[in-house]
Amino acid sequence: MNIVVCIKQVPDTTEVRVNPETNTLIREGVDSIVNPFDTYAIEEGLRLRDKFGGKVTAITMGPPQAEAVLRDAISLGADSAILVSDRAFAGSDTWSTSLILSKALAKIDDFDLVICGKQASDGDTAQVGPGIATHLSLPQATYVRRIDSLHLDTSPKVIVVERLLEEGYEMLEVQLPALITVVKEINEPRMPSLRGKMKAKSAKIDCWGNKDLGIKEDEIGLEGSPTQVVKIFSPPKKEGGKIFKGEPAETVEKLVKEIKDIL
Amino acid sequence: MSKIRVIKDKCTGCGLCIKACPVDAIKLIDKKAVIDLDKCTLCKACLQSCKFDAIQIKTLEKKVKDFSNYKGVWVFAENSEGVISPVVFELLNKARQLADDLDTEVAAILLGEDIEPKAEELIQRGADKVYLVESKDLKHYISENYTAKIVELIKKYKPQILLAGATTTGRSLVSRVAVNCYTGLTADCTGLEIDKEKKILVQTRPAFGGNIMAQIISPDFRPQMATVRHKVMPEAQPDSLRKGEIIRENFDSKNIDKRIKFLDFIKEDVSTVNLAEADIIVSGGRGLGGPENFKIIEELAKSLDAAVGSSRACVDAGWIPYSHQVGQTGRTVCPKIYIACGISGQIQHLVGMQSSDLIIAINKDPEAPIFKIADYGIVGDLFKVIPLFAKQLKELLNR
Repeated sequence: MNIVVCIKQVPDTTEVRVNPETNTLIREGVDSIVNPFDTYAIEEGLRLRDKFGGKVTAITMGPPQAEAVLRDAISLGADSAILVSDRAFAGSDTWSTSLILSKALAKIDDFDLVICGKQASDGDTAQVGPGIATHLSLPQATYVRRIDSLHLDTSPKVIVVERLLEEGYEMLEVQLPALITVVKEINEPRMPSLRGKMKAKSAKIDCWGNKDLGIKEDEIGLEGSPTQVVKIFSPPKKEGGKIFKGEPAETVEKLVKEIKDIL
Repeated sequence: MSKIRVIKDKCTGCGLCIKACPVDAIKLIDKKAVIDLDKCTLCKACLQSCKFDAIQIKTLEKKVKDFSNYKGVWVFAENSEGVISPVVFELLNKARQLADDLDTEVAAILLGEDIEPKAEELIQRGADKVYLVESKDLKHYISENYTAKIVELIKKYKPQILLAGATTTGRSLVSRVAVNCYTGLTADCTGLEIDKEKKILVQTRPAFGGNIMAQIISPDFRPQMATVRHKVMPEAQPDSLRKGEIIRENFDSKNIDKRIKFLDFIKEDVSTVNLAEADIIVSGGRGLGGPENFKIIEELAKSLDAAVGSSRACVDAGWIPYSHQVGQTGRTVCPKIYIACGISGQIQHLVGMQSSDLIIAINKDPEAPIFKIADYGIVGDLFKVIPLFAKQLKELLNR
């Protein structure tokens, strides 16, 4: 059971703010972290490996410093890691990013399951997971909240998953190799061990550029990306609200008076 | 092969680009901006910030493509168990405006089993055409099978624009469709309009948890595709006199992906769960003190016909299932009214609900961050305030 986990380095969203005067990002003290949803993807990969054997490979696409999240994955127990990085990849949108990652996965070749977080906390698109699956013609199951069972002795191998939907959940049986994206409910991620941290420090991380993947230049980066960002701005600021203090009965009365016309 | 460069003669060393760069890739060296290409993601934030046009990004000349044979604004008519999802009516309303601006038609694509009666409903809500695909194999949504048919329809009829709801189904589906068609897709839009001069779709969406808005276009690819956030746009109202055309399309069994089998759908108590579609959400936080006190939240929700939400802390403590969690690692919601009870307002929670139309906060701590984004707030003991509030609302609504 060989598993590839796709992860992303993101700025800690909780700290990204826009300066209302200059309309620019305030970046001071903003750390880079593993995308929160990807921590569940890593954990699920490790649990499946521990139960069924095989190996977990972590992969990320990004600038050279994105290597840090791969070391995090190794410290948690991933067996190996690959950084997909090239200046030619910069500016890629979800279409091109999923193409690049799919080419890297094709190069890895030997995998049964690809696991992604349901979306990244900076872009919030949830498009790259299904995008990779489509480029590779893999079946997909998104928003997985539970892996019900895994049948490796059948032909073909299959996985049974529960997908979290708006009104409940759905059970799907999917043939491997497949791609799943996971939600927080699926597990509780472990903390890195001291041994893991030591291992991560010295681990060798492969770096693949476009010379390794050989993708046509007009399909990657700004040129290959169908979407273009034309403007970035801060959302309209909320004006200060009305806050009532005092006796409960009094405050409730004031509040109800304010909102009764809109109910 | 550097695509981005600073024109040194134009750069005044003002430093605006340094502030604008989200990845910390620009430094001033000898009073000129210098870009670290290992960090730069070509996001173009610096281009916008520069008042002197001193930063350039080179891209290959694109061949101008002729898109004159792409016509119509399409809406994916998501449905389950024979009911059209409410977000579809919001999409139809927006599609109508876009189509009018482009002087073209609105079409809905409706896939399912025995779903024909719903085609009329789509016409009444603004569709000029409904492409209807009925098959027992389409009874349950399967991304792969739906994608295959929709890609076929796009190739055959060539729409300019395709919209879907930013739901679990919508996002899973059109991500595949966009890759298959090699076209642009923008996720979770909160604004859509036509650039009337260029006749292209301008899409506005939040990023970084709603702290930043971005405008995105896809001028050189068709169809221009977007998923749209629920509850942001008004619904199209039905007009029983509207006429439209229903065009039947076959579903070929070759479009079935045999690698995926639908097994079961388990519905949860929708009246208390469906956060995405609720007009009002009542959410509880750690201030409730324990799982038994979610009763208070549920009662308030019931008197308002609202859904029940929760902060992460309560989910992690096992007080309420994950499907109720609002916030960064839960759901992003956008109801008309969001009532936060005993929620302090950690930024992880705020990013999941701050775009709600009206926010009401009840918390005993006057310094709680939730009050900074609340339209109305009560500082007080929620165990006293909420029952009073629920009672008054009940009286008000029964009148």
